[in-house]
Amino acid sequence: MTAFTMPSLGADMDEGLLQEWLVSPGERVHKGDVMAVVETDKAAIEVECFESGTVGRLLVEPGTRVPVGTPLALIEDQAVPDERAGVGEAMVSKAPTCATGGQEPATRHQRPAPRRKAARKPEVTPEPALAASRKEPTGEHVHAPPEPSGGADSVIGAGPLVRHLAVLRGVDLTTLHGTGPGGRITRADVEHAQPPLAPKVRASPYARRLAHDLGVDLAAVQGTGDGGAVRAADVRTAMRTLAGGKGPERTDRGPLTGDTLPDAAIRRDSRPEDRTDTMRRAIADLMSRSKREIPHYYLSTTIDLTAADDWLRRINRARTPTDRLVPAALLLKAAAVAAREVPALNGYWQNGEFVPASEINLGIAVSLRQGGLLAPVIHTADTLPPDALMTRLKELVQRARRGRLRGSEMTGATLTVTSLGDQGVEAVFGVIHPPQVALVGFGAVVERPWAAGGMLGVRPVVTATLAADHRATDGAVGARYLTAVDRLLQRPEEL
Amino acid sequence: MSQMRPLNSAEALSLIKESITQIVPDADFTLVEPDDKFRDVLELDSLDFLSLVELLSERAGVLIDEEDYPDLTTLSDTTRFLVERTRRGS
Repeated sequence: MTAFTMPSLGADMDEGLLQEWLVSPGERVHKGDVMAVVETDKAAIEVECFESGTVGRLLVEPGTRVPVGTPLALIEDQAVPDERAGVGEAMVSKAPTCATGGQEPATRHQRPAPRRKAARKPEVTPEPALAASRKEPTGEHVHAPPEPSGGADSVIGAGPLVRHLAVLRGVDLTTLHGTGPGGRITRADVEHAQPPLAPKVRASPYARRLAHDLGVDLAAVQGTGDGGAVRAADVRTAMRTLAGGKGPERTDRGPLTGDTLPDAAIRRDSRPEDRTDTMRRAIADLMSRSKREIPHYYLSTTIDLTAADDWLRRINRARTPTDRLVPAALLLKAAAVAAREVPALNGYWQNGEFVPASEINLGIAVSLRQGGLLAPVIHTADTLPPDALMTRLKELVQRARRGRLRGSEMTGATLTVTSLGDQGVEAVFGVIHPPQVALVGFGAVVERPWAAGGMLGVRPVVTATLAADHRATDGAVGARYLTAVDRLLQRPEEL
Repeated sequence: MSQMRPLNSAEALSLIKESITQIVPDADFTLVEPDDKFRDVLELDSLDFLSLVELLSERAGVLIDEEDYPDLTTLSDTTRFLVERTRRGS
């Protein structure tokens, strides 16, 4: 058994707000599956599981702010489904005695896997047993300790399989009389139970809370989630309908309607204005630290993009818009490969020395429409062909703007690239993102007079810049880097 | 890509606006004059523009090549382009 903890989603993150669980206890998860949504100062991030197993207890309520490293849930070891599962007998599930996720052989029993659900599926109705033992959260708790153990499982004598079945069938376990050993509720008990008169509404925990806070009857809300589960956005839609089109949230500009940043629009501590404020503050802190601690030096060079442009045009001609490449894909690839040639710019400044990184993970500065910016990460960018880079870039930019990045997409950048070309400027001299030691900038691709071989012509050019940490490298190293970027872009077919 | 019937100007313009709105949900078209460069006014970056090309080409059922991009600069250009392209049958 291990603990799924509040991850650090950036060098500047100390704590995070658990916004919503996307898994339920008893659910099998695999490494990389999305477990929960966590709000940081900058964005709502989908946090993935780092190992496979079965979701045990959820230790932290949605709406709770906890420090990085706090256990959020227990992950029980992956196990081969037990043959007893077929017999339909509920298994004893002892609540863990400690929330820190130590090894607990007693709980390493085999769990039959509920059918795997889509990773992004919102949680179905919380288990009746758990729900009963929970207080209705009324708002954000600060630093709430993990729920003490010994709750649901010991109150209701039913194993996870049975509880899961009860959830699926909408049966309230507290109303059942167990016929198993020691009054334990068996699968048969659930199967024979009368379904409740009004079937329990499937809804995500946040939707449930929102409905409660807004006084909306969940049963009257049309769910658009998996299997008709009610999502937070549905509650707000219902609210707007009830209020004659005037919802409680702001109606001014901002892409915060519908699916974008679905859960951020109402919560007291994260209204869009606040989100912008907290992001502004986070950027201010990080950039101040950068300028306070890092002695920057700056280099700039203008690169002839004729070869890259021709190559792109040739490639794109045969492609549908979906598969076309933009110059940014080639620029990123060149920036990544050049870092392989000049590893002194790829890594971190830690404890007074440069620590090179083993991979080249490019942070991509993405400006958000509502203001602010995020720098999601393309991992091992130097190894990706331009097509794959392009796909990743599109995904990251889209998710960054929708406020739904994954945890792994927010961490591990070893070098950041910023491109302000679309804003129409020719050069950007960036501020390094600590603890990284360099930042590469690309301006707009523009046509300029260009002398080559004694002839003057008009060519597409881009200004590439480098801001680098003078503690880690000297100008000569930076110069080698920009020269490499230039050389690589002259042979786009090899990128 | 299914060829649709020819679009008239009004239909083309509303298709363009719908498509842009899908990419920039809060796009305010009261700020965009017919001959403004809408990419600048509405802050569409190169990826956004590519998405727009994708949507227009899908919805209008026409091929849009990179060579056509200069015809997609203003709302009136783009409207004219779609009307002509759909009439010509791609």
